[in-house]
Amino acid sequence: MSKQTKKTKMPEQNPQQRVNNFGEVALGYSAEDAINEAKRCLQCKNPLCMQGCPVEVDIPDFIALVAEGKFEEAAKKIKEKNNLPAICGRVCPQEEQCERKCIVGIKNEPVAIGRLERFVADYARDKEEIEAVTKQDKGKVAIIGAGPAGLTGAADLAKMGYQVTIFEAFHEVGGVLTYGIPEFRLPKAIVKDEVEKIEKLGVEIKLNHVIGKIKGVDELFEEGYDAVFVGTGAGLPRFLGLEGENLNGVYSANEFLTRVNLMKAYRFPEYKTPVYVGKRVAVIGAGNVAMDAARTALRLGAEESIIVYRRAREQMPAREEEIHHAEEEGIQFKLLNNPTRILGNEEGFVTGMECIKMELGKPDDSGRRRPVPIEGSEWVMDVDTVIMAIGQSPNPILLKDSPEIETTKWGTIVADEDTGETSKAGVFAGGDTVTGAATVIEAMGAGKRAARAIDEYIKGSKK
Amino acid sequence: MYKILEKEVLAPKITKFKVLAPNVAAKAQPGHFLIVRVDEQAERIPLTIADYDRQEGSVTIIVQEVGYSSEEICKLEAGDSFLDLVGPLGEHIETENYKKVVCVAGGLGAAPLYPKAKSLSEEGTEVITILGARTKELIILEEDFAELSQQLYISTDDGSKGHQGFVTDVLKEVLEENDDIDLVITIGPMIMMKFVSELTKEYGVNTMVSLNSLMVDGTGMCGGCRVTVGGETKFACVDGPAFDGHLVDFDEQLRRQQFYSDHEKLAHGHEIGGEGCRVKAN
Repeated sequence: MSKQTKKTKMPEQNPQQRVNNFGEVALGYSAEDAINEAKRCLQCKNPLCMQGCPVEVDIPDFIALVAEGKFEEAAKKIKEKNNLPAICGRVCPQEEQCERKCIVGIKNEPVAIGRLERFVADYARDKEEIEAVTKQDKGKVAIIGAGPAGLTGAADLAKMGYQVTIFEAFHEVGGVLTYGIPEFRLPKAIVKDEVEKIEKLGVEIKLNHVIGKIKGVDELFEEGYDAVFVGTGAGLPRFLGLEGENLNGVYSANEFLTRVNLMKAYRFPEYKTPVYVGKRVAVIGAGNVAMDAARTALRLGAEESIIVYRRAREQMPAREEEIHHAEEEGIQFKLLNNPTRILGNEEGFVTGMECIKMELGKPDDSGRRRPVPIEGSEWVMDVDTVIMAIGQSPNPILLKDSPEIETTKWGTIVADEDTGETSKAGVFAGGDTVTGAATVIEAMGAGKRAARAIDEYIKGSKK
Repeated sequence: MYKILEKEVLAPKITKFKVLAPNVAAKAQPGHFLIVRVDEQAERIPLTIADYDRQEGSVTIIVQEVGYSSEEICKLEAGDSFLDLVGPLGEHIETENYKKVVCVAGGLGAAPLYPKAKSLSEEGTEVITILGARTKELIILEEDFAELSQQLYISTDDGSKGHQGFVTDVLKEVLEENDDIDLVITIGPMIMMKFVSELTKEYGVNTMVSLNSLMVDGTGMCGGCRVTVGGETKFACVDGPAFDGHLVDFDEQLRRQQFYSDHEKLAHGHEIGGEGCRVKAN
């Protein structure tokens, strides 16, 4: 067993260099790094790490194979449970999941499970042979949304022998993996490749299909689908309702990132979709989306990119790794500040943002100390671009068409946590559309559980 | 891929396409729009559905060349295909229970206005149409509107056809002569819709406008098409594109249309570059 107390270091592009490109920040382990890191695993008899994995990957087994240098077999082991390993290895918050439970992590740094998963998936990318499930005779399932939840559910159902069709609103697959997460954290070629492998299992994907518009859920049943899974994510941007919010130069993070990631505005004018980035960019919010937006702005040429957050550093919801990367790249943090209005010129462009300073008061419902404005502390920040990254809600288009699917007051779908069952028979839901904006892996877990429940449901209804 | 069945040049730089998209045609209603993408590098361009034929499975769009992307669209020929076409999007409008409606179109605005006028006429509504443009060559769909309108007026800025001046001059006369108009629908340049709405407000006549805001997805996820309506922020793509003209903040919309004007300049100076967000087909 290895005596190494820390994780094997992840090779990275250096910060000065990477702020000038959209190439991946983390470069991935070498085979040697991977074997070295895999040897740190204790191979626990009762592996707690697996309890931390929403998609139940056989973590110690795959790591044992890595330690022996059997990378392709390790990839197969992961794929038994997880159809998007190259994605998960990059964007899962392992520190809160598998790695948090790792026994090595009690005294030392936990085994770098995420980095190993990524290495294995990348290694096997061109070597895997996917076989379609030839017998798709167990029933037909419609999946709405080709994001993490839908893709996972689709892959699992296809493997069980169902005929699966995914309906995707955009012209590309991946959902938030494609429009939301930037290229420098998750290259789109990797998303495409993992989705292509799911298609090879026999899953059909129909792009440019906005369910609720081109057809409704009931029509899907009429067309012969036995069950429907709704994995439409949380794509509706929130705004603060501030004066000046509709000035030119104010974006939702969704729009800013979609222009850059999905429409490839970072390659304008080769790609035709423009994006506006001024000299000084303020990003409101401190979650992963905010970090993505701030780091993207820097790469697009902003001289300064500033996170503005009403709480303190300890309360920032972004992953530590993302905050660290952002700091390394020179993102500034104006914490305990809340915007009160956005200022503009006669042409309607942003010229500044008024903020009020905040202090932390008593804990609120979330257990975090509530930020309270300090009276009379307003000041004006000199910015010309403002990006709102304060959260997203589920898109209501489908629900407007199917009002019988019960929702909460936040607009999320009411669904059973274990099965994804909704108030409408045969309709299951999971991912951000149920939980509100959360993580890729939680959505995948929900897709996996729903696939099992859909299998049970269809078997039951066909008896 | 979505195949172009027919192409017809209606006026200088204004082209009509009939595109095969049976599922979209099956659900299209007046007021809906769709989004097309020509190729891998192209923008997503919102265009109002100008007509649809459920039997044939086709939708009609009318495009004016105003920038790189719209020029690229207009280079397509019958037999070519759009890479992507998504729709129907937006909220359709109800055309029942109106007795007398005035339809006011400016330039390309006649295209998105047509299906609404057609549907009103089919519901037995008396339709008075005012078609305006800079000059007579830019008046489109005149015959189509003539077929369904009880009265049809033309107005050109240069007087080359019909009234010389603005559509609002003609509309004022119509409003003076008719005190039984339930609704004015107006589609065209933002500034025209603003002045039409100001005029109808004086006469207390309900007015519907249709906005051609900038947008990316058309499904409510970018928020780029924000519009202030009666003091509230709405998204043109999912809450509209039709709104009460008396409540829309047109000045804000006029400013928002200029968001990417620098990109447009850059695109014009760039051989391959382009920016065609502002396809003025609503």
